[in-house]
Amino acid sequence: MEIILPFLIGILFASGLYLILHRHFFKLILGLMLFSLGTNLFVFVIGRLTRGGSPIIDKTAETATVPYADPVPQALLLTAIVIGLGIQAFAIVLIKRVYQSFNTNDLDELRNAELIEH
Amino acid sequence: MNHLLLLLPLLIPIYGALLCLFSWRNVALQKIIALMAQSALFVTAVLLLLWVNANGIVLTQIGNWPAPFGITIVADLFSCLILLSSTVIGVAVSLYSLYGLDEQRQRHGYYPIMLLLQLGVSGACLTGDLFNLFVWFEVLLICCFVLMALGGTRPQLEASIKYMTINFLASGFLLTGIGVMYGLTGTLNMAELARMVRTPDPDSHQDLVTMASMFFLVAFGIKSAVFPLFFWLPASYHTPPVAISAFIAGIVTKVGVYAMVRLFTLVFIPESDFTLLILSVIAGLTMVIGVLGAAAHYDFRKILSFHIVSQIGYMIMGLALFTPLALGGAIYFIIHNILVKTNLFLISGVVAKQHGTFALKDLGGVYASQPFLALLFGVSAFSLAGLPPLSGFWGKFMLAKAGLETGSYLLVTTSLVVSLLTLFSMTKIWNEVFWKMKPVAENTNTTEATPHLQFLYFPVIFLTCFILFISFFAAPLINLASRAAQQLFHPELYMNAILKPPLK
Repeated sequence: MEIILPFLIGILFASGLYLILHRHFFKLILGLMLFSLGTNLFVFVIGRLTRGGSPIIDKTAETATVPYADPVPQALLLTAIVIGLGIQAFAIVLIKRVYQSFNTNDLDELRNAELIEH
Repeated sequence: MNHLLLLLPLLIPIYGALLCLFSWRNVALQKIIALMAQSALFVTAVLLLLWVNANGIVLTQIGNWPAPFGITIVADLFSCLILLSSTVIGVAVSLYSLYGLDEQRQRHGYYPIMLLLQLGVSGACLTGDLFNLFVWFEVLLICCFVLMALGGTRPQLEASIKYMTINFLASGFLLTGIGVMYGLTGTLNMAELARMVRTPDPDSHQDLVTMASMFFLVAFGIKSAVFPLFFWLPASYHTPPVAISAFIAGIVTKVGVYAMVRLFTLVFIPESDFTLLILSVIAGLTMVIGVLGAAAHYDFRKILSFHIVSQIGYMIMGLALFTPLALGGAIYFIIHNILVKTNLFLISGVVAKQHGTFALKDLGGVYASQPFLALLFGVSAFSLAGLPPLSGFWGKFMLAKAGLETGSYLLVTTSLVVSLLTLFSMTKIWNEVFWKMKPVAENTNTTEATPHLQFLYFPVIFLTCFILFISFFAAPLINLASRAAQQLFHPELYMNAILKPPLK
C-alpha cells in the first residue's frame, strides 16, 4: 500500500504546480491548495509510516514499546496544516478583492496603469 | 534574568501587537505603543549584543526540554547583529509612519502588523530549530502579505498576488526540505543536525543531504531574491506606501540571506565544490542582472528594488567564497545594506510626499528646493555604490580582498564592475531627481502642501547618523562582524554550546 503514497504525492505536486501556472484565479487557488497538500503528505510520509503502535509510554514501562509511530512528523504536519489554512484563507480573500477591483478572473488582464500611492 | 533578555525580542513585539489590537479604535495610542515597543526592542537588541559579545553564544531551552528534543532559542553574534539592525530600521520606519502614512491604513492595523512582522524577524534570527525557523518565516510572510495588500489599491492587489504565490511556493519547498532532513536524521535541532551530518553513519546518504540542501537553497533563494528566482521582488516592492515598502525592502530579503548563511555554514557542509560553485554562479549573476535591471528603469523605487537584488549578490558572494574574511564582509555588508536601503526608500518617500510622484521624468529640482535632503540622499547613495570612506566600501573591500585571496578573480571583477554600474544608476537618480530643472507639469494638482513634512526628516537623519557611524567608525563593527564570522566558521562552538548536556 505504501507504494501508492509517493505517486499520490507526485500527482499532487504536479497538478498543484500546473494549476498555479494557470492564468485563471480559481485555478491558482486550487493549485496552492493541492501544492500544500502535497507538501504536507510528503512530510508525513518521509517521517516513516508505522501502523498500530502509539507513542504513549505505559505507566509501568520506561520507554514506549518498540514499533511505535514517530509523533514528531504528525506534530509538524498539524502546524503546517494550520499555517496553510491561514495562508489559503488570505489568498481566497485577496483574490476575491482582486476580482471585485479589476472585474476579471484572468491574471493577464491585470493592468498596473493607475497611479501608485506614496 | 539572562533568559528573559533572550526572550524579550520575541515578547516585546507580541505584547506590543496585542496592546495595539486592544486599542484598535485609538490610533494615537497605537502609535505610542508601537514606537515604545520598537524603542524597547532596540534597547534589548543592544543589551543582547553586548551580552553575547561578552559571554559568547547564549541560549535557552523553551519549556526546559533538553537540547535535541525541545526548541532552542539561541543567540550568537551574527543573529544579534541582524536583530540589532532590524530594530534600528524598525524605529526609523515607525517614526516615519507617524506622519508619512495615510490615516486610513493606520486605522486598519498597520501598527500591530508591523510589530508582528518584527516578531517574525526576531524569531527567525534567534531560533535554533529548523521547523521553528519555518514557522517564524511564515509569521513574517503572512504579515508581509497583509502589509502588501493593506489599503487595497489596484497596483498593490496585483503585486500581492505575485508576492503571495511565489512565497507560498517557497514555503512549500522549505517544508519539503525540512521533511527530507527529518527523514534522514530524525531530528530538527540545528546543532544536532549539524553533528549528525558531520559524523555520518555508514548507511546514511550523504548525497541525499546535498539534495535536501538544494531544497533549502531554492526556498531561501526565492525569499532572498537571488538570480533566477528574483522576479517577484521588483514587481511588488514599489507598490505599497513607503512606510511599508521601506521596512519590507530593508529586512525581509536579508532574513532569507541570514537563514541561508546560517544553514550553509552550520548544517550543510559547504566544502563540497558543487554547492560553492552553484553559490558563486548565483552570486555573480544576481549582481549583474540586478544592476542591469536597475539601469533600465525610470521609477525611483523600481531602481531601488532592482538594487536590492543586486546587493543580495554580494552577500551570497561572501557565502560562496567561504573564508572567515568573506563571511565577515558579508555580515558587515548585510548590516550596511539594511540601513542604507531603508534610508533610500524613506528618502524616495519624502521626495514623493512633496512632489507627488516616483517617476524620474516628472521629478526634478529637489536639490534647489531641499539641499539638505539631497545631502542625505548623497550619503546613502554613495554608500550603496561603495565609495570610500562610506560603509558600502568597507563591505565590498573585505569581500574583494577575500575573493583575491582565494583566487576567484572572475567573481571579484564582476563585483567591482557592478559597483561602477550601481554608481551609474545612483547618478541617474541624482541627475533626474535632484539636479535637473523641475519639468513643467501639465496638471498642477500634484503639489498640495504636505503637512508635517519636517517630521519625515527625523527617521532619515536617524538612519543617516547610523550609516555615517558605521562608515567612519567602521573598525568596531568590522571587528564584531569578523568575530561573528569566526563563530560561523567554527560550528563546533555552536554545537557544543547547545548540545552540552545540561543534565541535573
